[in-house]
Parts: sequence; structure tokens; C-alpha cells
Amino acid sequence: MQLNFNELKYLVGTPETIEKMQGLRPLRPFDGRVLSFFDSLSVKLRKNRDFSDVATFGFWCRKAALLQQKESYDDISERLGRGIVFHSTPSNVPVNFAFSLAAGLLAGNANIVRLPAKDFEQVEIITSAVKELLSSEYTDIAPYICFVKYASNSGINDAFSSLCDVRVIWGGDATIARMRRSPLGARAKEITFADRFSALVINADAYLEQENKNTVIQGFYNDTYYSDQNACTSPRIVFWTGRAKEEAKNDFWQRVHDMAKERYTLAPVQSVGKLAAMYRAAAEKDISVEKSGDMLVMRLVPAKLDGALMEYKYNSGFFFEKDIDELEEMIPVCTNRCQTLTYFGIEKQALSELIENSHPCGIDRIVPIGRSMDFSLKWDGYDLIREMSRLIEI
Amino acid sequence: MNYSELLEIPPFSLDKREKERILTEKLKQLTQKHIESCAAYRNMMRAVGYDGDKIKNYYDLPFIPVSLFKEMELCSVDKSEVFKTMTSSGTTGQAVSRIFLDRTTAGNQQKTLVKIVTDFTGAARMPMLIIDNPSVIKNRAMFSARGAGILGFSIFGADKTYALDDDMNIDLEAVEAFLEKHKGKKILLFGFTFMIWQHFYKKLLQLDRKIDLSNGILIHGGGWKKLVSEAVSQEEFKQRLTDVCGLWDIHDYYGMVEQTGCVYMQCECGRLHASIFSDVITRRAKDFSVCENGEAGIIEVVSMLPESYPGHCLLTEDEGVILGEDDCPCGRKGKYFKVNGRLKNAEIRGCSDTYAAKFQ
Repeated sequence: MQLNFNELKYLVGTPETIEKMQGLRPLRPFDGRVLSFFDSLSVKLRKNRDFSDVATFGFWCRKAALLQQKESYDDISERLGRGIVFHSTPSNVPVNFAFSLAAGLLAGNANIVRLPAKDFEQVEIITSAVKELLSSEYTDIAPYICFVKYASNSGINDAFSSLCDVRVIWGGDATIARMRRSPLGARAKEITFADRFSALVINADAYLEQENKNTVIQGFYNDTYYSDQNACTSPRIVFWTGRAKEEAKNDFWQRVHDMAKERYTLAPVQSVGKLAAMYRAAAEKDISVEKSGDMLVMRLVPAKLDGALMEYKYNSGFFFEKDIDELEEMIPVCTNRCQTLTYFGIEKQALSELIENSHPCGIDRIVPIGRSMDFSLKWDGYDLIREMSRLIEI
Repeated sequence: MNYSELLEIPPFSLDKREKERILTEKLKQLTQKHIESCAAYRNMMRAVGYDGDKIKNYYDLPFIPVSLFKEMELCSVDKSEVFKTMTSSGTTGQAVSRIFLDRTTAGNQQKTLVKIVTDFTGAARMPMLIIDNPSVIKNRAMFSARGAGILGFSIFGADKTYALDDDMNIDLEAVEAFLEKHKGKKILLFGFTFMIWQHFYKKLLQLDRKIDLSNGILIHGGGWKKLVSEAVSQEEFKQRLTDVCGLWDIHDYYGMVEQTGCVYMQCECGRLHASIFSDVITRRAKDFSVCENGEAGIIEVVSMLPESYPGHCLLTEDEGVILGEDDCPCGRKGKYFKVNGRLKNAEIRGCSDTYAAKFQ
């Protein structure tokens, strides 16, 4: 098989590494050496003060933290990695590739990781740390890791797709469609992370009682503006329950506005994009627009909640918003495109009951406000360890 | 004042106050008309709580982004009254604008164009050399912006000759025969900025024979995006054309298929001018408030022409600067401005690649 292409750069590993991956013995999930490797990586990355996302990954892959995740698996002794995982990671989230690698390696696989084509410093930092470890204390892990970089190229996609056992595609519908032009082997499977949206529900009274409101706002900011509100996990619609809704909304949005004004840069093209998105929604849906002095926070109130509403979602601070009496009223909006429900001031029990009673087509994660981006091995409705490993019946 | 009365007024003769009064009245009427006859537009205006009684000036009217014409059909007349549909010339795979014209709007577009352009060229028809190939206008059912531009400006010319063949090579024989035939006469040249540079200027440069276009007046449009990437400034564009063929009377224009007819012509002082039929407003991105003169902002264009589609108040994706009003040394009243180019694409974060692809 051709593994040398002019357009293909190997950042960790070589074409030979990939050749030898075929036939390489898979590991058991949460293999001890793999855990040590991540712990050493964690030590290197946690020191980083320049990039909070690098430090976050460093903190996430501590041995203690991974052992805690291991706790939730009772069938590890019956599982082995599936073989080779080919990861196609998103072009505009720098550190996502590291989490994807972690899931693949922790599940017991060899990994070909396609890095974002754009040069991010974060990628560079993690890559050089990985390289250093693989060439010193962890030469035994080196056969399991290969980092590559290439601009969109169907020949290279074909090559990696045909030899992998699992293909993981991040980056949304268009990327998935493009990648699917490259056939997989007969035994291979695929995990795709399609375009999703997320929602937020807040109890107005709990919000008003909250003493330190700015921690709530900070959490909301991290869930939304921090990623241009363009991550799958970013809430695009806010539901309000409770009694003092108007008072809570006024306070909440004023604070959000103030924080965005201080920290967020809205480029002219984003401003125009938001205006266009608002009119597009207004043309086809019965909505009213909340008045605002500027373009930082745009709020659209739909007259009705239905499954098509989120087709009009946009980013950069563009929110649908609706008052509800019962949590059930959110369900029509939570189609199979809905990924994460973040919440504030709602009992966990009430949310469990909601899922139990209403069986929504969507919602794969329910997490507190501010935690939407926290990566977990259970993601987008997939249990990544189980998805990327084989169960052996004896 | 109805539109035919307005057409009797010289196009650059009204000062700020008079123009504001006429534009406000007419644009408010148009807003009301489109609310009544275009359901999608009516919904948009309802969403933002539009109240015509509160509008004292056309600056306060809601403006909609031009990109909406790419994403939905916005039409204010019955489909049976649509006389032609104009499209913007997007590259393959890009969405194109669709603009629905009835006879009134199409007719007014042409009359307006004549009024504006003859203010620069004089009323007499001139022999016309089109710096493009003839196949651009062959498909009459769907007018692309390029074809529409050529056809629109063709009314100023006689004995129309295309300077390029279908492969975009210069048709030297035809050009020389045309120049020989009209020796000593003033001639009109028309084309798109990048086409002129790429397929006319660059080819002329390679020729060993000189052609003389010092009797010509060149009108060109279509934007500078591609020439900016070749690092060619407006001044250099003019100078190089003068050097290679003697052409010196050169006028850029700014216009768009969404407001055909209301072109903004560049005067002898190098400034784009708004006529009495339309106007430009520059706005700040953060809150869409109106910029001061001299301050760069997003260009809004308003026009009295669009009767058959709700395109009378549009926010473009261009950045520009209003340089002044009513006092350009060329003597024309109204605003004069320059266009800096397209708004820059933003680096959007988040995990959906689709968005990034759309803006590349």
C-alpha cells in the first residue's frame, strides 16, 4: 500500500510505523503502560501557562482521572482494541485531536491521527511532548501512534480508510460526506461526529437567588462565546423556567452582554452574518427580536417550539429563547440533532425524570452550565471505549 | 414626486436636504409596499417591530443583508409579472442571488443608468468596444451580472464589437478593424476590471504592435478583489493602461446586481458618486450606527428603483468610506466615497468545519 505522498507530512511516526500497525497486537482497554504514558504527558502539559486548552487536556489525562473513568467499566477483562483507528480531527479546534487519540489508545488501538491542517501552537506543543516521550521512556508505545498532516486529499483518505478498523470523523456533516467517498474495509466501523446543536435551561428563581451570578455568566460564556458559539456543545437556545423570568432574563443578558463586550471580538462579517441569520429565521418562522443596543447578543423569541427551529441556528452570540412552564415543552426542539443540555438551578432528578418520561429523539449529555466542553469518554451518545474495542465471549 | 418626474432632474443636482426629503418619502413607501406584497419581507419587518410612523429619515429604515437574496426567493410581484430574473455571477458551487424584475423596475433601471452614465460620457452614442467575449450575453433567460452589465451599458454604444474571443484571447483583427473604421471618433470601452487586466492589458503588453485608444473612454466595474491579490492599485491600473494604449479617460463604477441601474460612477477626481436615485450609508459593525465621514464602515445601499423585490435598503458585504457630500471639486452634488473592498473573513472557532468552508 502507498503510504508516501508528497502532500503527506508525518509529525510523529513514519510510513513504516503505519505498515507495522497492520498485524500489531491490540492492547487491553486502560492498559497500564498507556495510563503511565498519559500521566507523563500530563506532567509535561499541565505546566503550560500559555494555553488553557492544553492545560485542560493535561489535567484530564492524569492517571488518577483516567483510573476514575475506568471505574465505570466492568467488562475490561473481556475487551481488546479493534486494531487501527484513523482519526480525522476538526480543523478549527486545536486540542480535539489529543482527546480523540486518548480515546483510541485507551480503548487499546494503534492510532493514525490526522492533525488540523492549520498550524496551531497548541498542536505543536502536544506533538513535541508526545514525540519526546515516545523516543525516551515510552518506545513500547511508539508503534501505536502516528500523527499526520495533509490538506484535503482523497488519495490519502482512501489509503488510511482502507487499512483502518475504526474511522473517527470529527468536523461535521460536510467533512463526513467528503470522507465517506473513501471506502472502509469490510470489517471496519465508523464513528461520526455530525453537526449538532445544544440547549440550556435555567430556573429564573434559582438564578436570582444565586449570590455570585458572575460564575454562572462565566460558565455560560465558556459554553458559548469562547468557541464563537460554534461548537456542537454550545447552547443555541435558552429555556427559562420558574416565576420571575423577566427579572432573571434582564439581569442575565445584561451581564452576558457586559462580559462579551469586555472579552469578545465580533468581526464585521460576524455582525452581518448574525443580522442575515436573524432575518432568515424571521422570514420563515414567527419570531420577535429582543431589542438591543448593539450586535453582541442577539435574542430571538419564537412564538412556537418545533423541530425545525434549530435549522435557523447561528453562531457568534445568536440565541433563541423561550419561557416554559414544564421541562417537557423543550422536547419538540430536542431532535436527534440535539447533543448537550446544560442546566442551571434544575434538580438532576427532574432531568432524569424528563428523559425517562418523554423519550426525546436527541440529548446525549446533560451537564451543568459551564461544563459543556468538558470532554468525556462518553461523547455524543457514544461510549468511545466500547465503540473502539471488541468484546470477546468466552 | 413620481419616478418619471424624478428622472427629469439632473442626477447630481440635489443637495443633502432635498435629497433626504425625497429619498425618505420614497423609501418609506417602498418599505410599506414590500410589506404588503412580499410575505417573507413582511415577516422580517414584523420580527423587528417595524413601525413606519416612527421613521423620520431613511437612515432609520431597516436594511437587510444582500446575502438573503442568495438564500431565499424575495419577490413582491406575482410570478406572472416577472419579466426577467437577474443572477449574480458566483463561482461554481456558490449560491447566486436571484433578483426578480417586472417591466416597471427593469425599465426604470435602464432609464436611471442612462441618466447617471451620460452625465460622465455625454449623450451621444459612441462606437463601443466591449472587453469581453460575446458568449457572456448569449443566455438571455438567466442574466448573469457580467452579461447584465454588458447589456446595460450597451445602450450607450453603437457598432458594438467584442475585443475577446470565446477563449478569452484578444481578437486583434476585429479590434484593429474597429479602430480603423472609427478613426478620430470618441469611442466607448466597457468591461470588468479583472478581465481588462488579465485578458486585455497583459496581452497588449506582449504585442509588438501598438494600438491607440487615446480617444477612448473606459468604464469598468466588478470590484478589485482579484487585482488586490495581484497587488495592483487603482492608480497603477490606470497608469499602466495609459502606458500601453494611451487610454486615460477611465472610470471605475461600483454597483451590484441587487440594485442594478443605480451605479456609482467614479468622477475625474477619482471618487465614486451617489446620484439622486440612490445613496450609500456606512455603518459601524458593532451596532450598525452610522459612521462619520472619513470613518470606514460597512456599506449600506438604498435605491428608489426596486419595486418588484424588497431590495431598496440593503446591507452589503463591502467596506467603504464616505469622503464628503455636495462639495466634490468635480461639481457633482451628493455623497462621494470610496470602496475598500470585501469585509474580511473571520476565523471562527468551534468544531463545525462547514462554517469555515462556507466562508473560504
